Amino acid sequence: MSEALMDVRPKRTATNWLKPHRIALIAIGLAIVLASIFLMRWDWLPQYMPLAIQGIWRTIWLLVVTSVLGISLAIPLGLAQAAGPAWLAAPAKAFCTIIRGTPLLLQLWLLYYGLGSLFPQFPWIRDSFLWPYLRQAWPYGVLSLTLSYAGYEGEVMRGAFAGVPRGQLEAARAFGMSRFTIFRRIWLKQALHRALPTLAGETVLQLKATPLVATITMVDIYAVASRVRQDLFVTYEPLLLLAAVYMAITGVIVFLFRKLEARIPTRIG
Amino acid sequence: MGLLALEPPGRGSFLLAGFLNSVMIAVGATVVGLCLGVCGAWCKLYGGPVARDLAAVYTTIVRAVPELVLILILYFAGADLLNKALAAFGYPPTDIPGVAAGIFVLGVVQGAYSTEVLRGAILAIPQGQIEAARAYGMSPSLIMRRITLPAMLPFAIPGLANLWLIATKDTALLAIVGVNELTQVTRTAAGATKAYFTFFMAAGAIYLALTLFSGAIIGRIERWARRGMPSVAGAGR
Repeated sequence: MSEALMDVRPKRTATNWLKPHRIALIAIGLAIVLASIFLMRWDWLPQYMPLAIQGIWRTIWLLVVTSVLGISLAIPLGLAQAAGPAWLAAPAKAFCTIIRGTPLLLQLWLLYYGLGSLFPQFPWIRDSFLWPYLRQAWPYGVLSLTLSYAGYEGEVMRGAFAGVPRGQLEAARAFGMSRFTIFRRIWLKQALHRALPTLAGETVLQLKATPLVATITMVDIYAVASRVRQDLFVTYEPLLLLAAVYMAITGVIVFLFRKLEARIPTRIG
Repeated sequence: MGLLALEPPGRGSFLLAGFLNSVMIAVGATVVGLCLGVCGAWCKLYGGPVARDLAAVYTTIVRAVPELVLILILYFAGADLLNKALAAFGYPPTDIPGVAAGIFVLGVVQGAYSTEVLRGAILAIPQGQIEAARAYGMSPSLIMRRITLPAMLPFAIPGLANLWLIATKDTALLAIVGVNELTQVTRTAAGATKAYFTFFMAAGAIYLALTLFSGAIIGRIERWARRGMPSVAGAGR
């Protein structure tokens, strides 16, 4: 069904796409890749491979965890702004404005260095069971990336919640659904459908924000590349590889969201 | 609070200088990005097949790779190329000033995003207007100046305003390569005085003030660009 709906555009066949100039461009691209393989230094790669794979894993873990936590925070934030009473809407709006108005790097450093330097002054925090975690870097990284994602997505979800047609909600109420059932079955689902294309873009932006945690000593793939640069004084090779890794992850995110979107039937007018 | 005073024991003057650098980089990067964006959008819409594909490669790569990685690559590659060019002409190598490097690097990043914004805005113009201009025998540059640019402005301004806000926040990333902008001087000042929380909060307040101020200005510009157009508020719902 979804395939039939997607087929509005003219078919993009291989011969249609592969024109002479494209073949030339692909050849030039291949030549650049081959030249960089043979002319640049890659002998460090086997030695750092395990570390790099661990770094990629940590980047993906960070992306998934902060996106999931962020979106679950963003839904109440969006709902509060779209339909909540003023005493809920105002703080939610203030939160989104502050998060969207300051650089993520600054938020991260404020949490890590700022809070991190305040915490040891309080003995009850040092005695609490949380202290072993608070001394590590990753809770601060996860917290600031989550808050940032929640701030941006809160705004997206506000628009999505407000955009669900009133008639849908009135019909649900006429069916005798409880308020929670309406929210779960109708309102949230339709809002998420509307927000999905935006969320795909925002998730790519979130991926591009993850390397910032390397500045607070978390070892993701970006930090591994920096380590290679400092250890061996090779400048470009790790950075180019890093760019390729991020492009690959971006491709996967876009592909997954496209799959998700294809499951939702849409009518193109 | 005394740490934030403008007089020498306080570090307020450093923060202020850093803030001015940040604003300078953001303005420069937006201007460079706009120039690149106009070229990119022109290539994508009216360029030949090769120019079109090259523009697509540029926007795809820049938008898929984190700004932080791009900044490092462009920063090192730019400095390398410049020094090699200087050596080729027989000059000694120089250090690029941080602000200029920041403008170049962020400008290239902004260029990719503004390409997409401008392309969308040009496509949103009723195409009959451009066809009519062509029928009048206007030259392409005259069409650009008289018809395309003014007509696309109301469609482009929300996106460009967003890009400006992103540019102001992306200047913070230049702290990684040691450019003396607001975040970097804040970190230095905080490290020297150990008052991390105070300084980062102050810097956050400055960034927020800049964002809110920009928002107010953008609202006015938008109203100016939309002058004479029918109001669309509430028409969609």
